[in-house]
Amino acid sequence: MAFINYVIHLAILIGIYSIVTFSLNLAVGFTGLLNLGHVGFFGIGAYVSALLAVQGVSLWISIPLGALAAMVMGIILAMPTTRLKGDYLALATLGFTFILGSVARNWTDVTRGALGIPGIPKIVKGNTEFLFVVVVLAVVSYLAMWYISRSRFGLTCEAIRDDELAAKMLGKNTFAHKALMLGFSALFAGFAGGLFAHYITFIDPSIFGINDLILMFSMLIVGGLASVKGSAIGTIVLFLIPEPLRFIGFPSSVLGPMREMIFALILLLILIYRPKGLFGKVDFS
Amino acid sequence: MAKKKSVKDTSKFLQLRSVESGYGKLQILFGVDMDINPSDITLIIGPNGAGKSTILKSMFNLCDVYKGKVMYKGKDITKLPTHDRIKMGIAIVPQGRQVFSGLTVKENLEMGAFMTKEKELINTRMDEVLGHFPVLRKKLYDNAYSLSGGQQQMLAMGRGLMQDPQLLLLDEPSLGLAPKTMQEVFEKVKEIRDEGTAILMVEQNAKAACEFADKIYVLEEGRVAMHGGREILKSDKIKKIYLGGHEK
Repeated sequence: MAFINYVIHLAILIGIYSIVTFSLNLAVGFTGLLNLGHVGFFGIGAYVSALLAVQGVSLWISIPLGALAAMVMGIILAMPTTRLKGDYLALATLGFTFILGSVARNWTDVTRGALGIPGIPKIVKGNTEFLFVVVVLAVVSYLAMWYISRSRFGLTCEAIRDDELAAKMLGKNTFAHKALMLGFSALFAGFAGGLFAHYITFIDPSIFGINDLILMFSMLIVGGLASVKGSAIGTIVLFLIPEPLRFIGFPSSVLGPMREMIFALILLLILIYRPKGLFGKVDFS
Repeated sequence: MAKKKSVKDTSKFLQLRSVESGYGKLQILFGVDMDINPSDITLIIGPNGAGKSTILKSMFNLCDVYKGKVMYKGKDITKLPTHDRIKMGIAIVPQGRQVFSGLTVKENLEMGAFMTKEKELINTRMDEVLGHFPVLRKKLYDNAYSLSGGQQQMLAMGRGLMQDPQLLLLDEPSLGLAPKTMQEVFEKVKEIRDEGTAILMVEQNAKAACEFADKIYVLEEGRVAMHGGREILKSDKIKKIYLGGHEK
């Protein structure tokens, strides 16, 4: 029974994180925006939804509002940053993540700082039911993101990724496209953040941590940029590969760093031997 | 392909008047005057760094125009945003075959259809473009990166033609192409001109391109050194410019 619960727990996390990976793919893979602020959008969705829910707001309202708050932040972040390219954009968006973490730690009247927010209500009581909800929501999110990526808007974003100047010469408003796609990317990350908060039932500022960001990028790179299938497979692979370590009996002080080492090793191997990831359309460079 | 286009007042098709432009503080063009006629292939030649590509960029709001005017069909378009120029019937094919490598040939062509979202109209236009470049029809669902250099150039030109322009600006279409492919590309340019689209082409390979040109502008150090018909190629001044000599 305990093993089944463990499998269900893993499946729920895979469901939630597969939404995160695909949403990150919208910005990085489909539009070419090296956005290191994604974990920030995930955290915004989690915090906004959790804060509203503990005040008694229905989850049907709090989770979408969390996602919308992340989208608004995504578009605001896009205003000054999408004119930047490559490393500069990465640094600016990483700074955004650090600022959010700092706000969550220090705005204690609202966020309770490092104490975090406990007692966040669950969407449904049992984990089996929660798994069902997550699978349905993940499928719906995937269909929505797939539609966005294959629409004329999505194809224009891919064109911008391949050659922004050429896209401008065709009369495309590249700034508006990048800003809106970052908004969509943040929307789904915020939505996943809300689901995460209402599953774990506790969040604290560590949700804005760099470890989660590395995990998200590892899943993206392993699955492959601009690939729908890759987003799902990358998430599954990265979640499952380190799991056998739990059964070897290492102490938790060893287990944590070993997981990070495994992620780093997988990333290195992928970047050396398969730079496009498992199913990617474009390589990370 | 589409019916031959007609422009009523041929004397006012595209004019550059005393254009001075560049990039930030770096001025490249110094008082350039040009008259481009509809249904002509107008060629701009000159040594490296003469400002050939900057002329095209000046016409497309992709560099800073400090002084002078760019007039199109009698209207001043000097400060007009890029998308408005496209709406007026000007298209540009940038240097270096800038195709969208992650998209298929079909998707690349669709990207060029700026003016309409109507599927039927886009398909009709695509059919016309593929009539010019039958090799692309066979590769419609292949990714653009899998095309050869010549095919990528044809795709870039096809994408420009999807806008059904009256004026097509081509920036070094022969760049990096084998002589046979280059000839093929120039034949296509001629074909497009014959159907009524004016061509303004910047080209390094002056000898090959001049065979197709109706009018030639020779640029030297940001100024028009000479202009006229094909006969100007025989002038000593041209040889001097290409061999690095400077006319005072």
